[in-house]
Amino acid sequence: MNFDLRNNKDFLAGLLFIAIGVVAVAVARGYPMGNAMRMGPAWFPTVLGGILILLGAWVTARGIRSGEKVKGEWGWKPLLFIALAIVLFGFLMARLGLVPALVAVFLVSAAGGREFRLKEVLVLTAVMSAFAVVVLLYVLKIPYPLIAGYLWIS
Amino acid sequence: MDILSNLAFGFGVAFSLQNLGYCFAGVLLGTLIGVLPGIGPLVAIGMLFPLTFTLPPVAALIMLAGIYYGAQYGGSTTSILVNLPGETASAVTCLDGYQMARQGRAGPALAVAALASFFAGCVGTLLIALFGPPLAEWALMFGAAEYFSLMLMALVAAAVLTSGDMVKGFCMVVVGLLLGLVGTDVNSGMARYTFGVLELYDGIGFTVIVVGLFAISEVVSNLASREPREVFTRKISNLMPSRQDIRDSSWPTVRGTAIGSVFGVLPGTGPALSSFVTYMLEKKIAKDPSRFGKGAIEGVAAPEAANNAAAQTNFIPMLTLGIPSSAIMALMMGAMIVQGITPGPQVMTSNPELFWGIIASMWIGNLLLVVLNLPLVGVWASLLRVPYRWLFPSIIMFCCVGNYAVNNNAVDVYLCALVGVIGYALVKLECEPAPLILGFVLGPLMEEYLRRAMLLSRGDPSVFFTRPMSLAFMIGAVLILAVMIAPALRGKREGR
Repeated sequence: MNFDLRNNKDFLAGLLFIAIGVVAVAVARGYPMGNAMRMGPAWFPTVLGGILILLGAWVTARGIRSGEKVKGEWGWKPLLFIALAIVLFGFLMARLGLVPALVAVFLVSAAGGREFRLKEVLVLTAVMSAFAVVVLLYVLKIPYPLIAGYLWIS
Repeated sequence: MDILSNLAFGFGVAFSLQNLGYCFAGVLLGTLIGVLPGIGPLVAIGMLFPLTFTLPPVAALIMLAGIYYGAQYGGSTTSILVNLPGETASAVTCLDGYQMARQGRAGPALAVAALASFFAGCVGTLLIALFGPPLAEWALMFGAAEYFSLMLMALVAAAVLTSGDMVKGFCMVVVGLLLGLVGTDVNSGMARYTFGVLELYDGIGFTVIVVGLFAISEVVSNLASREPREVFTRKISNLMPSRQDIRDSSWPTVRGTAIGSVFGVLPGTGPALSSFVTYMLEKKIAKDPSRFGKGAIEGVAAPEAANNAAAQTNFIPMLTLGIPSSAIMALMMGAMIVQGITPGPQVMTSNPELFWGIIASMWIGNLLLVVLNLPLVGVWASLLRVPYRWLFPSIIMFCCVGNYAVNNNAVDVYLCALVGVIGYALVKLECEPAPLILGFVLGPLMEEYLRRAMLLSRGDPSVFFTRPMSLAFMIGAVLILAVMIAPALRGKREGR
């Protein structure tokens, strides 16, 4: 038995699975269940959710017994910056257009790396953005606004 | 001969200028992306998948298949030159390939890898043409119950044979099945698990899952780990293998092809397992096993042949039964569904140009790999010298643009970030993501078949065990499970 559950890999994985299973079952309660012959939309997900909760409990229990830790450290910094870069892309793309979105992706994701060299990042941004614009607008011919409201190429 | 005329028909389709062009583009792009360390065929296909959206179905699948081989071959190049496999299938190639490179024999290693792959690819293509049609004909007799049991077997195999832990493998399959159910239920028209988000009514996009789980979590993992990369920078001078090399590698290539072909058809195994098994076999039957791991050319030829043969025969269950035997085939199947084609035995009769066109293009793709890559090895090698701090923002850019382009909405991009975060957590918690993809693609189909089977049997679940074929698949599932559990149990008893 091991009671230090922080960073216990199986314990955490099991909890994650249980959580997903609980959400699946709970949400499915709002749908008609039907019966074995005419299965409603709730039937299959409820069964799957149940299985997931059981398997998750098994994994959790095993984690408590073995007490194995997660290998290596969690990369919070790259995780945060990469996720932020992607979210920013979606946000800016829909509002300001392709170019601002691309610039944001490069600047923010590069900041999540081990070293950040501003000059290099700027050159990389310019070259790769130009490449993306050419591929999207001229090769695939998807008419995205370069900068929303100002620059359209189609 | 029927097969010959079919193949001729297929070559007619594949040799059209347009399709040839897409095959070429696929192989080139696939290799380009596959060479980058840490990016395997799965991520390559996931990233480049949106490119094929606007193409007609045949061209799209030909291009995707090209990307697949290209990426796999690119992965081998990376294994030999950098000792960093892009995916498990080429991990074995590292053992001897990298040693050969260190002895200054990178050229012959790469050439033998390419030639062995080409040979295996030819055999694999022929096998699909031979066994595809009868298998599809047989599968036409399947009812809903058979399909459900077959899918169950495939999923059990996927969970059990994953490289990680088995129980977690099952969990991942179930999570995948659940994710596959998000969206409008075909039977009742009810929107499930959409949480009021309109964009989810069509289900979660398949690029969202693949890119998030594989590409993004991979980038984060790479950035978080501190291992330095040792790149082999010496110039590759001589490509030609010696006569001795050819002689030494010809039988291993044949054996690798045979093993790979068999493993490729089995659900859940695919290229990775086959290359391991072949390598072990070669080591066992070699006159001097101590050479292995120190640059034995057999250790490059056999696994490369095996993983390429498996990559080909992998297509058999997907194209004929509509059952993916690996995560990559699940992707291919997803691509077909996006193109409006339901994979299954009827594809061969309803879309013969697709079926035979893909098969013919596989052979062309394999030929292109040899013709294209041997002269371009220098270019690929120089790609490896690009520092990762330039690569990863570009990878993230591709992921973003690709996801946005699928439906032109930002929700897919947000979801992808979320899946990426969860994917990274799963990697850290040592949950293998490949079974999830299989579950994700099969989820809605499995529910549909379950419903249909139960409706036809008036709610009697014994239908899965009274129909002979269905029973056979169920027994198959139990056997796969038993074979994998038995040694573990024995080990435990001896251990305590």
